[in-house]
Amino acid sequence: MSETIHINNLSLAIGGPPILDGVSLKVKPGEIVGLIGRSGSGKSMTALAMMGLAPRAATLSGEIAVGGENILALKEQALCDLRGRDIAMVFQEPMTALNPLQTIGAQVAEVFLAHEKISRAEAMEKARAALARAGLPEGEVSHSRRPHELSGGQRQRAGIAIAIALKPKVLIADEPTTALDVTTQAEILDLLRSLAKEDGSALLLITHDLAVVSHLCDRIAVMKDGRIVADEAADDFYASASSSLAKDFIPARVKRDPQAVRRTEVALKAENVSCDYVNAGGLFARPSVFRAVNNVSFEIRKGETLGLVGESGCGKSTLARALLALHPIAEGSMTLGGESFPAKDRAAMRRLRRKIQIVFQDPYSSFNPRQRVADIVTEPLHLFDQPLSAAQKRERAAALLDSVGLGADALDKYPHAFSGGQRQRIAIARALATDPDVIVLDEATSALDIASRNRVLDLLQSLSAARGVSLLFITHDLSVIRDIADRVMVMKDGKLLETGETARIFAEPETDYTRRLIAAAPVIKWRDAAGELNG
Amino acid sequence: MTALAASLRSDKGLAAGAGLVAFFIVMALVSVLWTPHGVAAIDVDARLAAPSFKHWLGTNHLGRDVLSMIMVGARTSIAVAFFAVGMGLLVGVPVGLLAAGTRGIIEDAVMRMSDVIFAFPAIILAILLAAVCGPGAINAVIAIGVFNIPVFARLTRGAALPIWTRAYVMSARTAGKNNFRISLEHVLPNILPVLIVQATVQFSLAVLAEAALSYVGLGAQPPAPSWGRMLAESQTMVSFAPWLAIFPGLAIFLFVFGLNLLGDGLRRRFDPHRIAGLI
Repeated sequence: MSETIHINNLSLAIGGPPILDGVSLKVKPGEIVGLIGRSGSGKSMTALAMMGLAPRAATLSGEIAVGGENILALKEQALCDLRGRDIAMVFQEPMTALNPLQTIGAQVAEVFLAHEKISRAEAMEKARAALARAGLPEGEVSHSRRPHELSGGQRQRAGIAIAIALKPKVLIADEPTTALDVTTQAEILDLLRSLAKEDGSALLLITHDLAVVSHLCDRIAVMKDGRIVADEAADDFYASASSSLAKDFIPARVKRDPQAVRRTEVALKAENVSCDYVNAGGLFARPSVFRAVNNVSFEIRKGETLGLVGESGCGKSTLARALLALHPIAEGSMTLGGESFPAKDRAAMRRLRRKIQIVFQDPYSSFNPRQRVADIVTEPLHLFDQPLSAAQKRERAAALLDSVGLGADALDKYPHAFSGGQRQRIAIARALATDPDVIVLDEATSALDIASRNRVLDLLQSLSAARGVSLLFITHDLSVIRDIADRVMVMKDGKLLETGETARIFAEPETDYTRRLIAAAPVIKWRDAAGELNG
Repeated sequence: MTALAASLRSDKGLAAGAGLVAFFIVMALVSVLWTPHGVAAIDVDARLAAPSFKHWLGTNHLGRDVLSMIMVGARTSIAVAFFAVGMGLLVGVPVGLLAAGTRGIIEDAVMRMSDVIFAFPAIILAILLAAVCGPGAINAVIAIGVFNIPVFARLTRGAALPIWTRAYVMSARTAGKNNFRISLEHVLPNILPVLIVQATVQFSLAVLAEAALSYVGLGAQPPAPSWGRMLAESQTMVSFAPWLAIFPGLAIFLFVFGLNLLGDGLRRRFDPHRIAGLI
């Protein structure tokens, strides 16, 4: 058989209903296949099964052949020989995939030592070459560094060096760029593509975000509920891009009404705000101060959606916390609806807090796992002086859930019963409880897959139109706010680089940094049969 | 309730521990209403009688029934341990929550005080305390309870700190809740499993401590029977009346063993890593 990967009718179950249900997939040498699917669709489980790493409790049936070897029939020792040599994997989170105690050079050398009878010195020599291929030449980055001494992108390059060390026939990359910044994302993906082409490896790219991989893939396979529901050449797939199937993976273009009325009334104003992190020091260490937000001034007008963009670590989350009085302001001042915020007076503070609420990034740590949804969404009502009766609270909770498109049957459930997208809806319902003027969305859609993201963005859009609430949309991904923000601010190293109308920022960015962010934002592009790039 | 029944069925250690502990609790409760013989009754004719149909576990040198004494002794043991651990929980948990919620100087003060208490050898100081304040069950409770306070204070603070970084705590702050309410509504419910497991372990240590205090005569005073003192009284007679030492010793061993099995079982049941691993 000519395929490097040949999966035939693979089914997998752990106790209950099947997680994989008759999966068939073929990948030829040198071919790049995108395996896309929403979270929980079974794509990662397919990858683990291919490595012979399916959970012990799982029962498998069907065939998996990698480079002619039947994975399901192999003993553990034979699998160990196979892994790394014939089939290798690049993981999502390089920080946990690498050993924090070993230098990256040693970790790459480990692969050679495990599979070849060579001396440590020879292995180190080969490791140097592998790291250089992955874009970490010894001259630029010392190979005696440990993972925590590298940036996220460099770490992922080290992970890739380990995977490609022995030029495996099959390279599996499971969401390899989800943990990275947009600018780094593009570089890492190009690296994967060129390495796979050079070595003639079959590359299986697993992701929930089609835009990220679209221009790399020769073929696209879509997984849903443990089945492959589409497997087409990239061209054909995009040709039918309007199909309901593709819609789940293509960021929707939200249509926003051109503003009839110029918005001038100011909801929130920040003047020369700076925030510090103070490391208290100890008996023997001096206290140190890190300025995370540096002299930032801006305003959010009533009813507008303002985007705040920057790479991780630029201070945008700290700024968000400062706006909610969750982080002290070292210098500068803020006003909320014309009043100074945070206020010294407790009563005034309670009144002002009603005007600004927040939705956090991680839908899994946003809720107390031991509270029911009814109690979660009504928590901010604590800010009102008149306590509500239990029945009134329930009524409010039901109305809030209804406004985010969830039914009253959610009231008595616990958060774990909901998917990521539903949880973000609950978080938005909670933020709406006090009928605020401003809602801060701190990477509120970053942890969601594309289909959920589209729906949450739609919801935010309609809420802002219906209620006139101002949104501060914080993200590292420019493509997310392109359609929904009226204005965009770009932040770097704690400072605001530029602010302007969204259209203007995208058309004529003032700084190189903004230009770089825009260029890196993933857009669906693909190569047609003639090799031309479409988009 | 069905979840509880299911975990008892699937975890034999947990089931055995729960069974042993339940056995001793039932025994203590029954002793309130009924014992085979009056616990203070003296059967002069049957002094130092070996286990027989009349005296199942034999009698001591005064002719008191050993089984009756063990049953009533269970009451002492459980009561002292219960109040001592309760004291540790009632003082230690709020102090730990306070430390985690306020940070800064209060936290430092709490932690350093705990260090100081931890620096003393617990059982020896308990003996000293009981010796100074006079022997008796209540002083035993206080002596053992004092050493439970820093255990729970530290544990509570350690478990509470990561909860304070969760987004839902931040949300509660934007809802205007103060540290007290957040500690009560968000932090405490989420660290409860850890506290329950530790309370079980401390309970077994308290049973041992009570036995040790009674052994040196500083626990419950006669005629109230206690396992530790039964052991102490038996030691000159072990060679010709071994049942006097064997049965109270067995009672202490089985009860503490059961508590430890129960604690380990509960730890397994509540351990988030294990739960995550099952999915």
